[in-house]
Amino acid sequence: MAKSRIDVRTVFLVAYLVFSILPIYWMVNMSFKTNDEILGVFSLWPRRFTWANYATIFTDVSWYSGYINSMIYVAMNTVMSIAVALPAAYAFSRYRFLGDKHVFFWLLTNRMTPPAIFLLPFFQLYTTLGLMDTHVAVALAHLVFNVPLAVWILEGFMSGVPREIDETAYIDGYSFPRFFLTIFVPLIKAGIGVTAFFCFMFSWVELLMARTLTSVNAKPIVATMTRTVSAAGMDWGTLAAAGVLTILPGAIVIWFVRHYIAKGFAMGRV
Amino acid sequence: MRRIAQHTCTDMARIDLDLAHSYKPLPARDADYALLPLAMTFDDGGAYALLGPSGCGKTTMLNIISGLVAPSQGTVRFDGEDVTSRTPQQRNIAQVFQFPVIYDTMTVAENLAFPLRNRRMPAERIGQRVGVVAEMLELTAQLPQRAAGLSADVKQKISLGRGLVRNDVSAVLFDEPLTVIDPHLKWQLRRKLKQIHRELKLTLIYVTHDQVEALTFADQVIVMTHGRAVQTGSADQLFERPQHTFVGHFIGSPGMNFLDAEIQGDRLRIDGVDLQMTADSIAALSQAGRVTLGVRPEYVTVSDSARPGAMSAQVVKAQDIGTHWMVTGKIGERVVRARVSSGAAVPGAGDTVWLGLLGPHTCFYKDDRLLA
Amino acid sequence: MKPVNHKAWLLILPVVVCVAFSAILPLMTVVNYSVQDIISPERRVFVGTEWFKMVMRDGELHDALLRQITFSIAVLVVEVPLGIMLALSMPPSGWKASAVLVLLAMSLLIPWNVVGTIWQIFGRTDIGLFGAALARLGFDYNYTGSATDAWLTVLLMDVWHWTSLVALLCYAGLRAIPNAYYQAAQIDGASRFAVFRYIELPKLRGVLMIAVLLRFMDSFMIYTEPFVLTGGGPGNSTTFLSQYLTQKAVGQFDVGPAAAFSLIYFLIILLMCFILYNWMQRVGTSDASTPPNG
Repeated sequence: MAKSRIDVRTVFLVAYLVFSILPIYWMVNMSFKTNDEILGVFSLWPRRFTWANYATIFTDVSWYSGYINSMIYVAMNTVMSIAVALPAAYAFSRYRFLGDKHVFFWLLTNRMTPPAIFLLPFFQLYTTLGLMDTHVAVALAHLVFNVPLAVWILEGFMSGVPREIDETAYIDGYSFPRFFLTIFVPLIKAGIGVTAFFCFMFSWVELLMARTLTSVNAKPIVATMTRTVSAAGMDWGTLAAAGVLTILPGAIVIWFVRHYIAKGFAMGRV
Repeated sequence: MRRIAQHTCTDMARIDLDLAHSYKPLPARDADYALLPLAMTFDDGGAYALLGPSGCGKTTMLNIISGLVAPSQGTVRFDGEDVTSRTPQQRNIAQVFQFPVIYDTMTVAENLAFPLRNRRMPAERIGQRVGVVAEMLELTAQLPQRAAGLSADVKQKISLGRGLVRNDVSAVLFDEPLTVIDPHLKWQLRRKLKQIHRELKLTLIYVTHDQVEALTFADQVIVMTHGRAVQTGSADQLFERPQHTFVGHFIGSPGMNFLDAEIQGDRLRIDGVDLQMTADSIAALSQAGRVTLGVRPEYVTVSDSARPGAMSAQVVKAQDIGTHWMVTGKIGERVVRARVSSGAAVPGAGDTVWLGLLGPHTCFYKDDRLLA
Repeated sequence: MKPVNHKAWLLILPVVVCVAFSAILPLMTVVNYSVQDIISPERRVFVGTEWFKMVMRDGELHDALLRQITFSIAVLVVEVPLGIMLALSMPPSGWKASAVLVLLAMSLLIPWNVVGTIWQIFGRTDIGLFGAALARLGFDYNYTGSATDAWLTVLLMDVWHWTSLVALLCYAGLRAIPNAYYQAAQIDGASRFAVFRYIELPKLRGVLMIAVLLRFMDSFMIYTEPFVLTGGGPGNSTTFLSQYLTQKAVGQFDVGPAAAFSLIYFLIILLMCFILYNWMQRVGTSDASTPPNG
């Protein structure tokens, strides 16, 4: 039944993928050139290939600390979001209770709030708590967006698990925590994978709050990259290298969860 | 006078299968095959059921007949013509799936008209055909309603209607169509299907794992297991003379009792006890050696004294099923069930009884196949 | 039907506390600021709805709002059909599907300021492939100088960045359609377009609503990418609402008006979210009759 088709749709897909990759390729291209070559010659691939830009990043503490800081608060946030969202999603999936629809909607609206309106209040709040410029601050701040998303996605996957499994476990004498951790969670592995992917994604790429709440100690890479304007002009090479390195963790994460994502899609729920 | 679609002989098809199917490119063992090599004929206008547990290959066979799947080996013929490479549309079959498949955005009438519109039939004739089919399925009142909001049984009727609306349909195939229907509506739909079969004389092939459905709907039932069709026959044949232990086990509620036995000359030995066989059995089985004895609970006799052809058993329990009692006993480690009519004396748990195993209805199997 | 159990609140509590801490407290602060004139830390005067009135009459705000709405609509008009077409073109399974999923997800995982940087470079006529190509083709392209070019570049950048999200959502929706529908359509002799119109599009209603909701909201809040790319210029041709607010709050330290505007901004989004959410619920219940993928 399947005949190989060189048809319009494949051409269109390939064309779009090229369009999608091209700007990224261009940046990768630039990261391997020296600033002189970038400004001087227009070339589709580096004439004089150099690792110098990457070397700068790996050796200059102000650069690589940015990556480490970002990864710390993103990991913290993902773990917190999922830990907090799992029981809540279970509650939404299995029970009705007073105000359930309202709480769900309220959670969704938090996802929808413009970060800009949180700027000033967060600044004051975290200053008061003495949490300014810490990883925890950014991780906590990002909960506003990631927890509702996590609850939403996990609830969807949980609703796909038949209630009979819960009931059978109770009849068999499982306590709720044991049932939840040993039986239920493995069943929604794909859902947790998808959720982790989205939490990671939104926290890693967020700029406004990450920049507002940090200054030196917890400064994430997204903020560091905005300081590449020096007296000599834009340091394009290093900037490009930094950009490439910033994409890498994301690509690696997708690579590891790609089976879960594909399975998650196959189950019909994002 | 209602005009039912006129069918010419060439429209209804006699379907011949001579094929095997595997999802793997190089099948080596039996387990690699979804359908082991088989040859089967479905007569023109017959009602057939493919009966078996999940994974036995019945849906695969149905999809091969309809053309949704092409067999990896062999051919499918409709009226002698090789249709193996033809699409379902070209074969002119209709298929009803496990859950109702309807076009949500259309009304019932539009749903029924859809296949005809795709064939560019003139609008008047479409309206006529839709009306006829709707009447046959008792859907006339729902014609102008949106299909999406209706109940599951109505939706299945619409699915069926889309198949019937083409008056040259060669066969109608059903893949467990009553699965999502409420139990109290199932019998209505079954009745409707039989009615349509009588009126239109279509070839109907019905896949199910429910033996009651299969045995009441079809003239001929094909029992399948693990990719193999083990027996084709009427309900009677399947019940009285199962050709395969699987059929004995699957048909009947509960299925056949099976006991390992050994035949030496004219003696039948079970668990060290010798039983006297009838003359006919001796003639057929004297060289058989190790066999499996099969007897249905309906034919096991229960008595409190020894008699030829009976073995002693401990009663485990006796259940009142309403129309009869089901006595469960143990011969050694083997569980044997016997049906006792409500009027007769029923033993209690713990009693020792004699279960009569040998009789005209007893079957003997070697390597799962019927010997005598 | 789900059983009623008010003890479920215990399970919800962690989430509520987290989000309340991160959301309600700040919001209360904003409300506080919006009704006061803080002349100095000691002197706070309650001014009621003064700031709100001032903000509503602000001509610049009206411009920014109009710009924003136009942008968000343009985003939807381009990204939604494009995303659907992409989803329809993607392979349904196998290694090719995984590869395409990974490639499409890449643009979603790039930090937003890097997106801006990428396009900043990409669009320059001296060092960027896109800019240089356009210049070579004879176009007078300059995204820092021309307002139209800037606007179109920001749009193109957003399409490049976010269409994958629509495509991935629609792809998930397509995979959820049981095979039997396609088989039935084949038996009914339906054309490819008929399959799209009568089966795929109706079944995608749910995911499309999510996609439209997400894209509209996110584009309405867009800040980083245009900020990095054009800084809001030339002039204020690409200054959308979030940037306008940030300029007022942090740039000019007009805390009062900024807070008032924040609340109005929030209420607009809340309203749209509410409308679209209810629409989603209605669409969701009508799809409940579709059984899960068998």
